[in-house]
Amino acid sequence: MLSGQLNPQEFPVGESFSSLRRIRQWSRLREAVINRLLFACALVSIFTTIGIVVMLVAQTVGFFSKVSPLEFFTGTKWTPLFQPQHFGVLPLVGGTLLTAGIAILIALPIGLASAVYLSEYARDKVRRVVKPSLEILAGIPTVVYGYFALTFVTPVLRNVFPNMIVFNALSAGLVMGVMIIPMVSSLSEDAMVAVPRSLRDAAYGLGATRLEVATRVVMPAAVSGIVAACILALSRAVGETMIVAIAAGSTPKLTLNPLESIQTMTAYIVQISLGETPHGTVEYYTIFAVGLLLFIMTLLMNLFSQWFVRRYREKY
Amino acid sequence: MKNSAVFQQNLKVRHIKERVHRTLMSLATLTGIIVLTLLLIDVLKDGAGWLDWQFITSYPSRKPAEAGLLSALFGTLWIMVLTALFSLPIGIGTAIYLEEYAPDNRLQRLIQTNINNLAGVPSIVYGLLGLSLFVQALAMGRSILAGALTLTLMSLPVIIIAAQEAIRSVPEGHRLGAFALGATRWQVVRNIVLPQALPGILTGTILAMSRAIGEAAPMIAISALVYLTFIPISPLDRFTVLPIQIFNWVSRPQEDFQHLAAAGIIVLLIVLLSMNAIAIILRNRYQKRTEE
Amino acid sequence: MESNIASLEARRLELWYGRFQALRDISMVIPRNRITAIIGPSGCGKSSLLRCFNRMNDLIPGAIVKGEVLFNGRNIYAAGVDPTEVRYRIGMVFQKPNPFPKSIFENVAFGLKVNGITDNLEEAVEQALHRAALWDEVKDRLLKSAMELSGGQQQRLCIARALALKPEVILMDEPCSALDPVATLKVEDLMRNLAEEYAIIIVTHNMQQAARVSDMAAFMMMQEDRAGALVEYGPTSQLFTNPKDKRTEDYITGRFG
Repeated sequence: MLSGQLNPQEFPVGESFSSLRRIRQWSRLREAVINRLLFACALVSIFTTIGIVVMLVAQTVGFFSKVSPLEFFTGTKWTPLFQPQHFGVLPLVGGTLLTAGIAILIALPIGLASAVYLSEYARDKVRRVVKPSLEILAGIPTVVYGYFALTFVTPVLRNVFPNMIVFNALSAGLVMGVMIIPMVSSLSEDAMVAVPRSLRDAAYGLGATRLEVATRVVMPAAVSGIVAACILALSRAVGETMIVAIAAGSTPKLTLNPLESIQTMTAYIVQISLGETPHGTVEYYTIFAVGLLLFIMTLLMNLFSQWFVRRYREKY
Repeated sequence: MKNSAVFQQNLKVRHIKERVHRTLMSLATLTGIIVLTLLLIDVLKDGAGWLDWQFITSYPSRKPAEAGLLSALFGTLWIMVLTALFSLPIGIGTAIYLEEYAPDNRLQRLIQTNINNLAGVPSIVYGLLGLSLFVQALAMGRSILAGALTLTLMSLPVIIIAAQEAIRSVPEGHRLGAFALGATRWQVVRNIVLPQALPGILTGTILAMSRAIGEAAPMIAISALVYLTFIPISPLDRFTVLPIQIFNWVSRPQEDFQHLAAAGIIVLLIVLLSMNAIAIILRNRYQKRTEE
Repeated sequence: MESNIASLEARRLELWYGRFQALRDISMVIPRNRITAIIGPSGCGKSSLLRCFNRMNDLIPGAIVKGEVLFNGRNIYAAGVDPTEVRYRIGMVFQKPNPFPKSIFENVAFGLKVNGITDNLEEAVEQALHRAALWDEVKDRLLKSAMELSGGQQQRLCIARALALKPEVILMDEPCSALDPVATLKVEDLMRNLAEEYAIIIVTHNMQQAARVSDMAAFMMMQEDRAGALVEYGPTSQLFTNPKDKRTEDYITGRFG
């Protein structure tokens, strides 16, 4: 027999196996530890969410022990900082929606048009210049946009509307619109680029022009991504803080007139934070109630946009 | 034949429409570049004259001519380093867990959805979280540490998503090849996945950091202090950062403070654009290598 | 005889993608009311040639066409010719069924609508579906999504979509390569019927299919520099039974490709 001829000293089976087992035991331990560590990292995000919700809800409960929810949600006056105090949040919500509405009115057409241009028309050379500059635009801090709105856009607009107030919803909304153009544009472009070539070919083969291919085939096929992009951009505009804190004013007012001074939810939180209001006062609690409302609004928009993509994703 | 008559009739209008829309769309595409140019010109015109050595090396002051952003610059530096230190390991760790370790179950999907939603939470809400969690509940006070931890939580979702994309772009075959040689999961991650994904992860991280550094809103909720006349030397010191300093100057009615704000913006933009440039160079180099 | 009148004619046609020459010196006359098959090994430029016939190559950046393609005696590459019009009058069916993610009706009506022909739309759609032998299968669900149809039905829908514009020539780029044998047979039957009214050019790498359906056959091959060239062109029966060129014979007897 062949195995009988093998000398145990030449082929030290037992020793090699035991050292291998030791290595394997150690590596199994290491794998388990690393697995736990990585899982702990992943849990940080879960605890962040729990932290946000618990913290906002707890302080809001404190707020509602002093102010009735009915007044908060239906009142049309917001004057927590002077007597007589009113805690109706609607003027802040109105200011938020007004500026975000102006922003989306700007960003939607411009962002979509540039997405179509980049995905259907632009040559590689153009794209290589435009896309990085859009990225830079998206990377400009919002405090800089606020400065631009106040010191450039407002003076220009005041030439057109002489009775416009220095701090106004229009300038802030316009600049916020420019800020979210890159978001609308790049997310919609991604959705359009994902539309297969074969669909474009089919439309060209039927004698469609480039514009017709873009508007009648590519955009409808990419609609789930485009709508999601717009909702995300709107949510971003609702949560945007520094532009409105700098340029839109600090006078909570329920109005649709963009030439007036207003205050958004975010700007109010900044205004209170600047004073470093002492812990435990009603004024301190207001920012958490407003923050919770803001959090819920943006969360709903984000969830809706994710649901929309899943629900209406095209199978080409 | 009737059809082709109609076709011919329409053709001219269709081509005019095509040309008009094409022009409008290219103008829309240029909007971003035009505004960017206007913004830069506006800032440079207002602030370049005020940007000098004295501005960089002075503390804030009520007299515009003597004011500077030394403390804000150091505050930003502190915050940047600490935030990177906290968010990089946690962010990359989470991405590795989700892409390489997590079983495809409900918990994994919950974590993923949760991260996507956290990415959309307004930055000011993170400020409120930091204020009540770090400043008050954990009694860190309005310190650099509280600020850096707040920014860490805020930038984590962005870093995680970028790192996940980079990890996902590593071809499955490379992993399988290593597994077939008897490598453990961690050996595969450390020797195969991470080296290939690293440039993408770094690019995403640098962009996320530059976004975080420019954020004023959450920092205002933590520490709105602006007349800070010392350089913080400990993570538990109070601090101010560039965006807060700029915001404070913008908020003052006197024109000289507007110029200071513009000068501060130039400094901030230089810091951020150089970070962006590093990220873009890194990405281009990486892309070229994978194309070859 | 009208059927012998040329429908399309390529004259010294060349196609370049930048510096790479994809087609070299192709001259051929495509007859009316006949099916012309273009065969050859993969990569020989069959599809590129087909896309020259309705100027689809215009859409590829850097593509340059030299020579002429005469359509009813007029060069479609002449200055002032509108590629939109060329594609309106010369229909195309693609390799993979590519219905739009819209309803069956909207798919067929698409070409008519974009080209502004909206009178009697429903009638025109019904007619096109009849001609594509699809009407009976879909008449009850015209407003349902075209994505719900089977692969073979989708491909016939794409043929109906092309037919709705009443083209004079139909270009088919391996129309059966993604279909099962039964669906393939249906499409082939359909092609034979359509040949009574249209000139059909079909690219295929299935030689049995070329032998079954086509009247004329063209054999193409790649030259040393990878440019595609026409080796032999003639009646299908002759090309398959008595090829003049040794390379054609080698190919159809399965010696390579």
